[in-house]
Amino acid sequence: MSEQTYERVVNHPRFQELCRKRNRFALVLSFIVLGVYYSFVMVASLTPGLFSSPLAEGLTWPVGLAAGFAIQAFAFLMTGVYVSRANREFDAMNRAIIEEATR
Amino acid sequence: MSRLVPLAAALAAFAPAVALAGGGAIEGEVEKQSVNVMAIVMFLIFVVGTLGITYWASKRTRSASDFYTAGGGITGFQNGLAIAGDYMSAAAFLGVSGMVFGKGVDGVFYTAGWTVGWPLILFMIAERLRNLGKYTFADVASYRLEQTPIRSLAASGALAVVVFYLIAQMVGAGKLIQLLFGLEYAYAVVLVGVLMMLYVTFGGMLATTWVQIIKACLLLGGCTILVGMAMVQFGFSPETVIAKAVENHKAGTDILSPSASISDPITAISLSLALMCGPAGLPHILMRFFTVPDAKAARKSVFYATGFIGYFFILAVMIGFTAITIVGTNPAYLDATGKIVGGGNMAAIHLSKAVGGDVFLGFISAVAFATILAVVSGLALAGASAVSHDLYARVIKKGHATEREEMLVGRIAVLTLGVLAIVLGLLFENQNIAFMVSLAFGLAASVNFPVLFLSIFWKGLTTRGAFIGGFLGLVSAVACVVLGPAVWVGVLKNPAPIFPYEHYALFSMTIAFVSIWLFSVTDKSARAVTDKEAYRYQLIRSETGLGAEAPVAH
Repeated sequence: MSEQTYERVVNHPRFQELCRKRNRFALVLSFIVLGVYYSFVMVASLTPGLFSSPLAEGLTWPVGLAAGFAIQAFAFLMTGVYVSRANREFDAMNRAIIEEATR
Repeated sequence: MSRLVPLAAALAAFAPAVALAGGGAIEGEVEKQSVNVMAIVMFLIFVVGTLGITYWASKRTRSASDFYTAGGGITGFQNGLAIAGDYMSAAAFLGVSGMVFGKGVDGVFYTAGWTVGWPLILFMIAERLRNLGKYTFADVASYRLEQTPIRSLAASGALAVVVFYLIAQMVGAGKLIQLLFGLEYAYAVVLVGVLMMLYVTFGGMLATTWVQIIKACLLLGGCTILVGMAMVQFGFSPETVIAKAVENHKAGTDILSPSASISDPITAISLSLALMCGPAGLPHILMRFFTVPDAKAARKSVFYATGFIGYFFILAVMIGFTAITIVGTNPAYLDATGKIVGGGNMAAIHLSKAVGGDVFLGFISAVAFATILAVVSGLALAGASAVSHDLYARVIKKGHATEREEMLVGRIAVLTLGVLAIVLGLLFENQNIAFMVSLAFGLAASVNFPVLFLSIFWKGLTTRGAFIGGFLGLVSAVACVVLGPAVWVGVLKNPAPIFPYEHYALFSMTIAFVSIWLFSVTDKSARAVTDKEAYRYQLIRSETGLGAEAPVAH
């Protein structure tokens, strides 16, 4: 990459915007995933009674097991949320920046 | 003990051996079972098919890029399946279902941790890794740092993870083969080693990828059928499965609570860190991101992989819970003391026989073996690339090796790793090898991951910081394992461990991150200035993909 191209990308107003938007989005999603997962870890280690209590009256299926499966489904869902926005919005911004900077 | 059955005779004439009920798990003593003809036939079909693919792939493996990354021409969906294939090891399949069979909900604690690492890899690492790297994660870690020390460190980290993981897989394969196929331990180890060398030496990444894809489809399909057939016995009611499991398990309602090994917060956090960050430092997993054409395909691969992995783990847990009732109450699968025949890891295998008879047992056994084969192939390729691309071409030849030389060294490295894996697999037959998996994941999380992560995100990282910090991460991980319960008590037979925690990632990762930071901020050398200056160029490439390696068109 030449110094010239570098300057053009760095000074491109949408480059800073892309980095800011994408990083913020990735951070928010990461905190959501970590928050959900560590709540699960803490419930399992600090309040095992809640972990093993039944989902509803008359059932034996424990809250912890349902939560574990739900977290796995949730992880997949979160990757889907990121991919769909990145495919739609971030890729288009990225392409525009590269095209203008290397023209 | 058991009668010896030569492999050739067993394969040619399917000569039956004396049936013997075994005890113990995959780790530790196992006794050889009767020769399982159906399993061997199905496994042979898999071997013939994958060798055919290897022949096809060998015609297309001409350049170094073909060898290491299949020319970057794998699609996002294919790579997602292959990542899932790399990740769903026999230990995950048999181990998780076995853990649920033995202890109940503990299993889901592991599977949730193994799954949530993936969205984080996607948000933080996947696209940037693809944009910055060429063949190995050391490309990324050493992108703006001094090549010789950082390449050497990253390649050593990669090789250490590969070798420990490989030994664990080889020993597991040998034990599994004794249990499932009724063949001798040594034959199994040699067979796995030789097939692995054939796939990787001739077919490179293209053959390795397709072995992973086929194995992933077989494993996902096989487990779906297994759970489906087991659920029939419970009228497809998940509630009945759990209610019956509580009724039939000797621990009763205790299987619904996390066991003592998890309810200590430091252990829980330390374990969860290793489960989450370990995969982001496994060289054979990271290498998969260079097989796709661009950042977009890298992103898609994680999406598909997370879906397949999450689904697979739900199946593995359900296999354990249904087996508690179906296998645990059937005297045919229990020995005189009421323990499961063949050890705790056999729950899924017995379940397949109980619900699908000998044919299905054969199928699931073959799938379990194919799983090991696929994982060791991925490991061998990652180890070979650390030797040929990082150590030979960049450190020794300083980037002046020709592509031909580099590929030749790569192939020699695969053969060397194969022979080493066979020899070590034979040596460690009766050793306690549980610590090797712990060490592989611990090193991945405390050496490879911190260096890689900070090199991507932290401008202030310097060569000195990465080298000293990464090295201290390595030393602390090894020390925690050697002085901890796994080696100090388990192998060296001391009464009490010096380091009390079995799960140590919290400590070794903290040491690695803090010392990388400390030795970077105090670095006043001229090299440190260059390292920080170069970050701006790295940032542009990592964020936009400008200047990234393009795929090779054939």
